Amino acid sequence: MSSAQFVQYLISGITSGSVYALVGLGFTIIYAVTKIINFAQGEFVMLGGLLSFTLIHSAGLPLVPALIISVLIAAAIGAIMYLLAIRPAKNASVVSLIIITIGVAIFTRGIVGQMLTKDFVRPPSFSGEESISFLGAYIDPQAVWVIGTMVVVTIILHLFLNYTMVGKALKACAINPVASSMVGVNPKIMALIAFVLAAAIGGIGGVVLAPLTPISYNAGVMLGLKGFVAAAIGGFGSPVAAVFGGLLLGVVESFAVAANWGPFTSAYKDAIALVVLLLILLIRSGKLAEEERTG
Amino acid sequence: MRNYLKYAVVLILAVALLALGGISCSEEGTTGPTATPKETYKVGAIFALTGFNSPLGEPQKPTVDMMVEQINAEGGINGHLLEVTVYNNESDTVKAATLADKLIEQGVLAIIGPTGTGDSMAAKVEAAKAQVPLVSCAAGSVIVEPAGNNTWIFTTPQLDFVAVERVYTYLQEQGIKKVALLCDTAGFGAAGRAQLMGHAFLDKYGLTIVADERYGTYDVDMIPQLTTIKGTDAQAVVCWGTNPGPATVARNMKTLAMQIPLLCSHGIAFKEFIDIAGTAANGVVFPAGKLPIVDQLPDTDIQKALLEQYKADFEAKYGFGKANTFGGHAYDALSMVVEALGNMTEGLSTAESRAFIRDYIENDIKDFVGTGGIFNMSPQDHNGLPRDAKQGMILVQIVDGKWTWLQD
Repeated sequence: MSSAQFVQYLISGITSGSVYALVGLGFTIIYAVTKIINFAQGEFVMLGGLLSFTLIHSAGLPLVPALIISVLIAAAIGAIMYLLAIRPAKNASVVSLIIITIGVAIFTRGIVGQMLTKDFVRPPSFSGEESISFLGAYIDPQAVWVIGTMVVVTIILHLFLNYTMVGKALKACAINPVASSMVGVNPKIMALIAFVLAAAIGGIGGVVLAPLTPISYNAGVMLGLKGFVAAAIGGFGSPVAAVFGGLLLGVVESFAVAANWGPFTSAYKDAIALVVLLLILLIRSGKLAEEERTG
Repeated sequence: MRNYLKYAVVLILAVALLALGGISCSEEGTTGPTATPKETYKVGAIFALTGFNSPLGEPQKPTVDMMVEQINAEGGINGHLLEVTVYNNESDTVKAATLADKLIEQGVLAIIGPTGTGDSMAAKVEAAKAQVPLVSCAAGSVIVEPAGNNTWIFTTPQLDFVAVERVYTYLQEQGIKKVALLCDTAGFGAAGRAQLMGHAFLDKYGLTIVADERYGTYDVDMIPQLTTIKGTDAQAVVCWGTNPGPATVARNMKTLAMQIPLLCSHGIAFKEFIDIAGTAANGVVFPAGKLPIVDQLPDTDIQKALLEQYKADFEAKYGFGKANTFGGHAYDALSMVVEALGNMTEGLSTAESRAFIRDYIENDIKDFVGTGGIFNMSPQDHNGLPRDAKQGMILVQIVDGKWTWLQD
């Protein structure tokens, strides 16, 4: 493998990994506050992408307002999802709530497929289509947007969680909901904020991803799965761990194609995500059980 | 308050479910009036209106609806009105078989579809068991080959091996010897890959496969696979798949500044490919029926009048640029059944009618002008289109975002 090829595989892995990381971030935020694994997380990405296309092409909005409105609508749908589907069932067990999120995902796919479009769509790239040459590799300018957005979102989220009152309240609620409610943190409000944040981050992922790769109403399934693996690698703990998990998954997938050896061929690219997940669960199973006992 | 909310949610979900039910009912609705002087001829159809095959299946239902409307407006078939019940199998093979059963129980005389190769393989078992003629709209040769074992099964698209050979004739003419494959891991791509790797073709056209890469339908990008291909001495990339993989491949090849040509299957013969791939679509070559380039055909072409008529009728109803070869496959399938019904004597039982339609399609569909080509069915050939690659399909190149006939 030449160094240019190496860089090419690496950058491609980081690009895909950034998308997985953004989805994984959404998983960890909701999980931390509510202990729910939100299987509708991939749908927010799909919503962001399809809404931005619809607003640009059908409503004729300029790029920037279209992107902002798409993310806002995705965030609003996150709030609606919490208020109408999760909160009314709050006495249900976590497993039931997780099943509700699967229902919401199927429902969202159906509605979007009927109301927007069933076609694959691709909104215009943010800054042209001429690829950038870098250390002998070529990069789509939109891939730079994807990677950059992931980095910026992660930094902002980190600052928000650690240096603002609302962010600290979210963390407190994640660590101990009973104690934090005693000091005036309302867990219901925190859960709502978590859903809105996760949906917004998913939406942001969707609007930056869609110009790079076509998106359709059922694209959220695979993205959700990859994002789940990213979050699981990070142990559903800190957002930074999810980002690391996403990047690791993307890079492993990319180099699996490069290896072309044994099971590591492009035919099994998607299966690799699941193998990585199984390995992580095996390695972590002892630790998880311990957390279960002590937590 | 809490109870109120609970009821509100139940109510909203109920309304939503009803709305969805309404939608699916309208999709599964029947066309054609009910009160008739003579008994209505009932035909069934199974299309993938949703799911990954929907870009192919979507134009098939309006095609059938439009034909039924036209036929009934002209008084039906020998005074019998035509009724086609269309079911959506959601690109699901199990549902395709279940729906075939359901249609058979309703007493349909023939089944049109399913859209996809996998779906057709599932549905044909039920049709054969019940002795109901099934005219598929899928290109997998496995559906009808060998015809002796598929007595009740026919299919209208150009078969996959014809498309593969058509691509290889082009490569030979371009003096290309080394080819990189990049195929979808799902049904159509996998079936095409098996044909592409066939030694008979590779030897005949003097080709060597230097890379055999695969991709998943929802992969974010194909740059890793293309980086591997770029590292070989491949002189062309052949990408076998439908929406949206090939469009991503075209874009990624442009990003990587790859200069070698990209060839695709007839599974990209819809406008969305050009919309998604943008300028990267330019230069892509694929085999197809004549519908995409109907405006460039000479007036002497025997299919031209039919193709122009279908395109004009379809687009007047459903929008400009919407007609594509996949709707055409459904058009050809229903046309054959309609011709058979037109020649059927009165007073046959359901079983006799089904047998008559089967016999008619097998023996009497000769020099039949369809959108896919000129059909000549026989007991040995249940596709009926020319097997010779150059006669069977044309090549289309995308030039400045438009389909252009690549004459060779």
